[in-house]
Amino acid sequence: MWKFILRRLVVMIPQLFLLSIIVFMMAKAMPGDALSGQELNPNSNPAELDRIREELGLNDPWYQQYGRWAANAVQGDFGISYTHKTPVMDVIEDRLWNTVFLAFVTLIFTYMLAIPLGILSGRYNDTWVDKTVTGYSYLGFGTPIFIFALIMLFIFGFALDWLPSGGSVDSKVDEGTFAYVVSKINHLILPALSTALIATTSTIQYLRNEIIDNKIKDFVRTARSKGVPESNVYSRHILRNSFLPIAAFLGYEITGLIGGSVIIETIFSYPGLGQLFLSSVNLRDFSVVTAIVMMTGFATLLGTLLSDIILSAVDPRIRIE
Amino acid sequence: MEMKVETRKNVQVQDVSPSGMKIIWQEIKRDKLAMGSLITLAAILIFVYGASFFMDAKEIAKVDFLSIYLEPSSDYWLGTDYGGRDVFGQLIVGTRNSFTISLFITLFTAIIGLTLGLLAGYFGGATDNVIMRVIDFVIALPQLMFIVVVVTIVPVFNVYVFILIMTMFLWTGKARLIRSKALSERELDYIHASQTLGTPHWKIILFQLLPNVSSLIIVNFILNLAGNIGLESSLTFLGFGLPESSPSLGTLISYARNPDVLENKWWIWVPASLMILVLMLSINFVGQALKRAADARQRRG
Repeated sequence: MWKFILRRLVVMIPQLFLLSIIVFMMAKAMPGDALSGQELNPNSNPAELDRIREELGLNDPWYQQYGRWAANAVQGDFGISYTHKTPVMDVIEDRLWNTVFLAFVTLIFTYMLAIPLGILSGRYNDTWVDKTVTGYSYLGFGTPIFIFALIMLFIFGFALDWLPSGGSVDSKVDEGTFAYVVSKINHLILPALSTALIATTSTIQYLRNEIIDNKIKDFVRTARSKGVPESNVYSRHILRNSFLPIAAFLGYEITGLIGGSVIIETIFSYPGLGQLFLSSVNLRDFSVVTAIVMMTGFATLLGTLLSDIILSAVDPRIRIE
Repeated sequence: MEMKVETRKNVQVQDVSPSGMKIIWQEIKRDKLAMGSLITLAAILIFVYGASFFMDAKEIAKVDFLSIYLEPSSDYWLGTDYGGRDVFGQLIVGTRNSFTISLFITLFTAIIGLTLGLLAGYFGGATDNVIMRVIDFVIALPQLMFIVVVVTIVPVFNVYVFILIMTMFLWTGKARLIRSKALSERELDYIHASQTLGTPHWKIILFQLLPNVSSLIIVNFILNLAGNIGLESSLTFLGFGLPESSPSLGTLISYARNPDVLENKWWIWVPASLMILVLMLSINFVGQALKRAADARQRRG
């Protein structure tokens, strides 16, 4: 087990290295450089700018520049934001927590919906319950998230006006009060629920298939013939085995949520990383873009790592490879 | 995200009997939903491609400030947008563009995925190792963000470049799927027999391995096509897909990012949204029926 984790970590190092090189190359390909981020006298002459560039080492060979950039990035220094005129990390920090919070709530919604539905559909397969759930999951599979989110926003945000249509908190309430917390949760429900209702699909299908596959296995028949009550057959024997792969996909699920945040946060104008990313791309604020891409890339690598580790802990056959 | 779901599901497809096409057709005929979807899909595509022959694309793209945001009427069946352009015409052109582009993306990813997947699976060993490490890496990237960034920094951006960029990031799932199938296939007797007889590798891959993974490829192709329509329109919706001069379904929906349009001018974004839903769902239903046909355990008949 430890050997597997260690080997998996060793694989991640070149991946991380490659990721950082690609992101650095992208950053170099973007218009503007570190100077664009600082308040410079607009009258400074080109010769002066060239001198500063030379001093900052922007004319050095790329691997030297990469080395400096990577060393700074490891310490959380991604330079200065062009539009916000503050260090990139300060701009990102608040947004990061908003996104993490949204992803967390979405994850809870997803599993709260998917697990009961998957169990029902697997346990009573080929009944009307199963057909309804399967129908729903087919619909969810075929529906792009941005359309579903728009429809939800239209119905609950505008037509019925039950929930706020954008932002992460009401501007009128003070921080720290009870109303603030309520407002924050209110703003989360719509984006989190829209994502969750679509994201349940794969978990439901997996759980259902696992349960149906496990139902006819020998250990279940043994349990039944021993006289174990039906409810215990499910809770103790079948479900315990069926949950394993679901738990293992947790990492991939998180990875997907981070990637999907771009769309959902844009639609609900939720001030998270995804929205910051898009607005920074539109404003050509590339130091922020680079930092976000690097951070989410790192996060997805971590998510995949997490899933692989859980999978190997659960299923020893994977470790042998 | 959608890509991942597809690959995970498709892994279950196993055991394909040789007379694949016949079984596929029978399965679709038996499944009313799939049959209905196929007919709907065919009707939409024939209408859209047929109608766009008779329509003047320039006429549709022409801005007319005297008829901004008109509600649906007999002149404009689905009203007009902020530039006074006919929404119905844009819907037809958009459907055509979205479908064609997604088809090409799916085709190119299929070619790359098939080539690398077959090579990795058939030869195994070091070839497999190298290809799989690349796949592991690309698949773990936050694809949407990378596509947005690449779209922003390419010096020339048009439809062809867009297809290329999408292909660059989307071939991995397919390659992994085909590789795992080829890997199990190469241990079977018919491949071993051919190898013993001295048949060259390329002949074995093309004439023996390829036909045996074909139904897997077809199913995956169709499910990916649906996914790519969603992805293309998502990107266009965000403003990083097709340029406004060649409208896609995502272009029409992107007007709904303006809250006023979303709340009060349903005729601009609802038809395009419905079109995407109908296209994706019907393609998916056909794909699911094919998947059942390809898997003897799930077959209905």
